[in-house]
Amino acid sequence: MVDEDRRLIAHLLRRAGFGAGPSAIDAAAAVGYRATVDDLLDTERHERPHEDLLERFHSEHCDEESPRWVALKWVYRMINSDRPLEEKTALMWHGVFATGWAKVTNGQMMAEQYEMLRDFGLGDYRVLLKKLSRNPAMIYWLDQQMNHADAVNENYGRELLELFSMGRGNYTEEDVRSCARAFSGWTMTHVLPRYPTGYWPAEFVYRGDDHDDGEKSFLGETGNFNGDDVIDIIVRQPATGRFVAREIYQFFVADEIDDDAVEQIADSYFASGYEMREILRFVFNSDFFKAALFKRVKSPIEFIVGTVRLTGQHRNAHQFGLDRLAKLSGMMGQELLNPPTVEGWHTGREWIDSAFLVERLNFATEKLSDADAPGIIEIARRISDGRSSITRDGLLDLCTGEFVHLDLDVATRRVIADELSSPEIIQCGGDELVAALTEILALIGTSKEYQLA
Amino acid sequence: MAQNGTRTGKGKQPVLVVLQLSGGNDFMNTVVPYGDPLYYDFRKTVGVSEDEALHIDSRIGFHPAMAEIKSLYDEGNVAVIQGIGYPAPDRSHFRSMDIWHTAQPGEFSSEGWLGRVIRELDPNKQNVVTGVSFGAGLPRAMYLTGTPAISVTELESYGLLTSLSGTSQRRALSAFTRMYTPEEFDEGAMVMQHIGQIGMDAMAGVDMLKAAPANYSSTIEYASDPLAQSLRGIAQIHLAGLGTRVFYAQHGGYDVHGGQVQIQAKLWGEVSRAVDDFFADLRQHDAAEEVVMMVFSEFGRRVRDNGNGTDHGSGGGAFLIGDRVNGGLYGEYPSLEPTEQVSGDLRFNNDFRSMYSTVLDDWFNIQPDPIVNGHFEKFDGILAPLNS
Repeated sequence: MVDEDRRLIAHLLRRAGFGAGPSAIDAAAAVGYRATVDDLLDTERHERPHEDLLERFHSEHCDEESPRWVALKWVYRMINSDRPLEEKTALMWHGVFATGWAKVTNGQMMAEQYEMLRDFGLGDYRVLLKKLSRNPAMIYWLDQQMNHADAVNENYGRELLELFSMGRGNYTEEDVRSCARAFSGWTMTHVLPRYPTGYWPAEFVYRGDDHDDGEKSFLGETGNFNGDDVIDIIVRQPATGRFVAREIYQFFVADEIDDDAVEQIADSYFASGYEMREILRFVFNSDFFKAALFKRVKSPIEFIVGTVRLTGQHRNAHQFGLDRLAKLSGMMGQELLNPPTVEGWHTGREWIDSAFLVERLNFATEKLSDADAPGIIEIARRISDGRSSITRDGLLDLCTGEFVHLDLDVATRRVIADELSSPEIIQCGGDELVAALTEILALIGTSKEYQLA
Repeated sequence: MAQNGTRTGKGKQPVLVVLQLSGGNDFMNTVVPYGDPLYYDFRKTVGVSEDEALHIDSRIGFHPAMAEIKSLYDEGNVAVIQGIGYPAPDRSHFRSMDIWHTAQPGEFSSEGWLGRVIRELDPNKQNVVTGVSFGAGLPRAMYLTGTPAISVTELESYGLLTSLSGTSQRRALSAFTRMYTPEEFDEGAMVMQHIGQIGMDAMAGVDMLKAAPANYSSTIEYASDPLAQSLRGIAQIHLAGLGTRVFYAQHGGYDVHGGQVQIQAKLWGEVSRAVDDFFADLRQHDAAEEVVMMVFSEFGRRVRDNGNGTDHGSGGGAFLIGDRVNGGLYGEYPSLEPTEQVSGDLRFNNDFRSMYSTVLDDWFNIQPDPIVNGHFEKFDGILAPLNS
């Protein structure tokens, strides 16, 4: 059934990307669900967005000291990339390996970390952990440069186990100590003072003379382990498979954990040899994924980018306000490149509290009531194509079914229908339709259902 | 006992402001045991010298950035609770903060202790602004399903559907109210129930809080940092008389594994000035005596420094500040003797739930045990109840 296909494809594009307008859904529906999954995963097939004009039109934000410039570019890529899954997966890892500019205070180092997550986030998780352990922003964030052979700093060793790979309860304090010792001597070049050289990112350095080469006992194995050896041991642990599976499940599938689905994803983690692409291929084609429509609360940046992709704004470099989008995400509780703690953001229903909900509603109604938004004009054009008029009820159904893709509760639908001021029969092809359309869309943007993806 | 912990008397009701220092504040460099030679053995690089410390007595003194707090202490309005913690300390920020927020060290819970306090103070949910938090997001301490609490990032711009205007805003607000009004309870729609509840709270809270800044005037000039602005917002709401009983503010950056000397001086300088301005503002409006501030952090830090900072530890300290606080030192300063340490940390001698119980019973006049999940000895005489 065609409608069901479009519904599933819209779901896939919301989860594997940041949502899609009607023509992108048409294109995906034409090749089918499975081929769309493959296309999303085969990122090399598409070019990354061109950004030459960004610096020119957003020069006031090109301050490489500040994370705002990186966040602005990232938001631009989320909106425009033909490799949406690459950006989406980077966002997932950013939440897991949560590193904050508040401490790193170097925009270039934050940019490097995010781009590392983008470049390697869809590959081998073992490689990703090795890249992460060599990433200067991470090294500085968790004080790894102060982890010396004769003065162990446990911070990175502990968080690698607790928050980045295995989870609490699966290792001992001695394992933490051994893990930290294995990473002693993993450090970075000195960050130069700003004057007179300007900001420069630091580079990873391994200092053998500051590495504790002694025997270590780690997760039941004994040897003169270095950091890479420790990661090789970590990725083999069943707890790590379950940890990665849970992160993937909660980010791509649903807020409420389903143990059986997590177990299946963990199996796929081991069967694929820790390959994210293959794990995600399994997830997107699974029955549990296809049954998980609207089972996630949108994170703030998903909410913002999804709305902007619907309204068709910021599709070129010269529209102002990208910086504001990044800032709003912070006001809604998700400041990109500056999560509150190394533990990342609390997700799911915790995204919705009074202050954040107020910001979300204000933003959605602002964008969706904009009669000049290209995406809204495009929707009006599609509706007018082959129609001279449409009923108000028909327009509401078309909006929720074809364009916004929502499962409106019967009661919600009734309230929206009640509050509309447009005529019962709306003339197509002109201002009357656009006015009716923006009124409907703004009310949809106010609904509880619009908070879910 | 008055109903629901409210007191009538002069009409003033007790108010609690909780200030969370996130990241694990280093108590040993906040209240410095400069008189103990062991301190300088362990704090070779990040120690505070005897000359710099603001002496409380011949053994200990405040960090030099805490001049205003020292003055409040000298006026008798600061209680220092030494050696605070809980059994089997957890050195994970996340977990330890959760333990302080839920008052449940033994198990994972999403019920906040202040959420339970708000439920006690306002069981019929008559006032959605009984609890107001400033900062990014509602802290778990104030989170309790079905109990409203407002979270404000910035008071001046707070409002709902502000992008619409005129008739379309009125229609949208009307639709909003109808869409978010709770329906029959449906097990399968917990998330929708939650969103609906938060939406209704937000709407009611917006209407009340919007009015607060307009009626506020003060000669106190707060600093521009986020903590000072949060405390200013709290003062505005308190002075507007909206009935808010529990406020929450947060200040981050205390995870000083490195660069401790500079960072700690900056952070405590901000706290010290903001707290002083806050109480001066309230006194100016005869609205200080009903306010007690509790300052805490999720844990202290290791006794021995790591060369440039300190790693996660246990056994820290907390403060109660206010006109009704009987200032002074409470509890024992934990011994720095290596044999007395707990794997390199200070040994706690006061359970944080004793402090909570003291505030609950002596300040709010509500039964502490169900809120803190057990019975804990109170600190005697630390708080002089309002209207007593």
